[in-house]
Order: sequence, then C-alpha cells, then structure tokens
Amino acid sequence: MLENLTIILICQLLGEVVTRVARLPVPGPVLGMVILFTGLMVRRGIPQEMESVGGFLLRYLSLLFVPAGVGVISNLDLLVKSAAPLAGAIIIGTMVTIAVTGLVMQYLNRRRSPIHKERQS
Amino acid sequence: MNCDIRELWVYLSATPLLWLTLTLIAYQIGSWLFRRLDCSPLLNPVLTAVILLVVLLKISGTDYQTYFRGAQFIHFLLGPATVALAIPLYREVHAVKAAFLPIMVALFIGSLTGIASAVGIGWLLGGDKVILLTMAPKSVTTPIAMGISEKIGGLPSLTAVVVVLTGITGAVIGDFVLKRTRVKDEMACGMALGVASHGVGTAHAIQRGRVAGAFSALAMALNGLLTAIILPLIVALFS
Repeated sequence: MLENLTIILICQLLGEVVTRVARLPVPGPVLGMVILFTGLMVRRGIPQEMESVGGFLLRYLSLLFVPAGVGVISNLDLLVKSAAPLAGAIIIGTMVTIAVTGLVMQYLNRRRSPIHKERQS
Repeated sequence: MNCDIRELWVYLSATPLLWLTLTLIAYQIGSWLFRRLDCSPLLNPVLTAVILLVVLLKISGTDYQTYFRGAQFIHFLLGPATVALAIPLYREVHAVKAAFLPIMVALFIGSLTGIASAVGIGWLLGGDKVILLTMAPKSVTTPIAMGISEKIGGLPSLTAVVVVLTGITGAVIGDFVLKRTRVKDEMACGMALGVASHGVGTAHAIQRGRVAGAFSALAMALNGLLTAIILPLIVALFS
C-alpha cells in the first residue's frame, strides 16, 4: 500500500519537475499520469496493491473538488455582477459541448465498426 | 459560559481539524441525500457540500484562507488522484488504441465547441472582455485553466470557480443531455463528460462504468493539453 502510494507521488513529483524545467503547458499531475501509464505499459500489468491505492483515491474523486468549489465564496460579488453571461456560458455551453462531443464520437465509432454496437449498454 | 464557548470557537476555528472534518461531513450529507432521493443528479454531492460549506462560512464569518488551511489536506489529494487515473486508462488501453482516430477528431471538435460556446454565449448575454477570457478555458482541469486564464488576460481566481461550476454542471446534467441526444456508446459518453467537464465529469463517468471512466480520464488529459496550446493562439489571432 505504502509502496504504491509512494510510486504515485514519485510520478507526480517527476511530472512537476519536468513540466517546470521544460516549461510545458500541462500541470505536473497530468504528466505524472502519463508517466505512471507508461510504467504500467512497460510492466504489462497493474500490481494488486496499486489497484487498491488507486481505487481508494478515485472512489472519492468528486470529494477532492469540494475545497476548490468553496472558493466560490471569494468571488461572490463578481459572480452576482456577471451572473447572466456566467450562468449561460456554464449551463448552456456545457450542454452543447457534451452533446456535440458525444454525437461526434458515437458517429465516428459506428462508422469505424458496426460490430461495435454490441458493446453499447 | 458564553465566554467559554467563544474561546472554544476561537481555538477550534484556528485549527485545520474543524474545517477538514466539516468538509468530510458536508460531503457525506451530500452523498446521503443523493442516495436517499433516488440518485437524482440534481443532488450532486459536490454541489450540496459546496452550498452547505459556503453557508456555514458566511454564518460564522470565516474567510476562505482559514477554511482552506483545513481543506488543503483534501485538496492536496487531487494531484495523486490525477496520477492514479492512469490505472483505469491502462485497463482500457486496447479500446483506446482501436478508437484512436475517433478520439482525436471528437477531442478537437469538442474542445473548440467548449471554447466557442463559452465565449459566444457569454458575449450574447453581455459579458465583457475580461469575463469572456475568464470563461474561455472553463472546460479544462483547474490548474491548466488558471494558467491559461492568466496568460490570455482573464481572472485566474474566477476561472477556478467557473471551472468547478462547469464540472458540477456536467455531472448534474450530463446523463440527461446524453440521453436526450441518444448517445448510448459508453466511449462517446466518457469522451463527452471528460472534454466538457474535466475531473468532476470524470468522477461521474467512473460511476457510469469502466469504459466511460477511462475515456473520460483520457479526454480530460488530452483536452487540457490541447486547450493550453490552441487557446492562447486563438486569442492572439482575434485581438
């Protein structure tokens, strides 16, 4: 457990160092994810312990956004001032983006292999 | 007696313990409500927790810095959790390889749609230039979005809020939109949630299933990278 948590933190640390040194436009953890992914590809499998550490972190993934979300409190007056454009862009914009991305992906997947339809739930 | 309570409050409100514990309690109240009311997506646990905590902070007159001193321990785990997304992604590596081209095309169109819809709708509803630039990177994960916002002349702290609200919105209305547009392909559902609403969308996609979770994690990472590259270029082109 501890060993695999350390591996995850090392990947993140490497990601932070490389993105800073090479001035990449991605945050450290995202590069860390690429590093861990590469490691799993090389190793050709997920260690049992890694499954449980990862499972723990990802089961409560949405909880981890709560502290950032509470940051709303520091910007309440700006939010109220520009409520219409913000609410419109967030709600309608997100609906449009989900619909367009989903439809494009589904269309291309069906064209790629009609057999693929069987995998749909 | 009254004085004792005040002293206790002064002591407690200065320790990280209080707001860390209240954050966990608020989230669990959110989860409980969510399960109690037939998992209605409107009762997203993150949304409930944020509302409860904002009300508590306002009532007690606590500022965000004090709150964050406790909540930072949860916030910190976002980094390792992002790294851990490599695990679901690896499990679906064959599906990802096979669908490489559709993924790239859907990503590109979805990413541009996210930017254009945010700016377009914001402009129609009377948003000024700073607000539009603040909202442009709203579909990508918080650290990337804040970096882009700063670069193109938005307000990074407001961008962070818009990003989280976009994520919550995606998790709340995502299934509804996908159902109405008859998107049934789980790969497509994952891509849509990841491209439009980053990590919060991915957390929701993981609950849908393995395939949706993996594609959402991938879409989130790729969209962050793509937006970081193209958005500053688009802004430079238009100004």
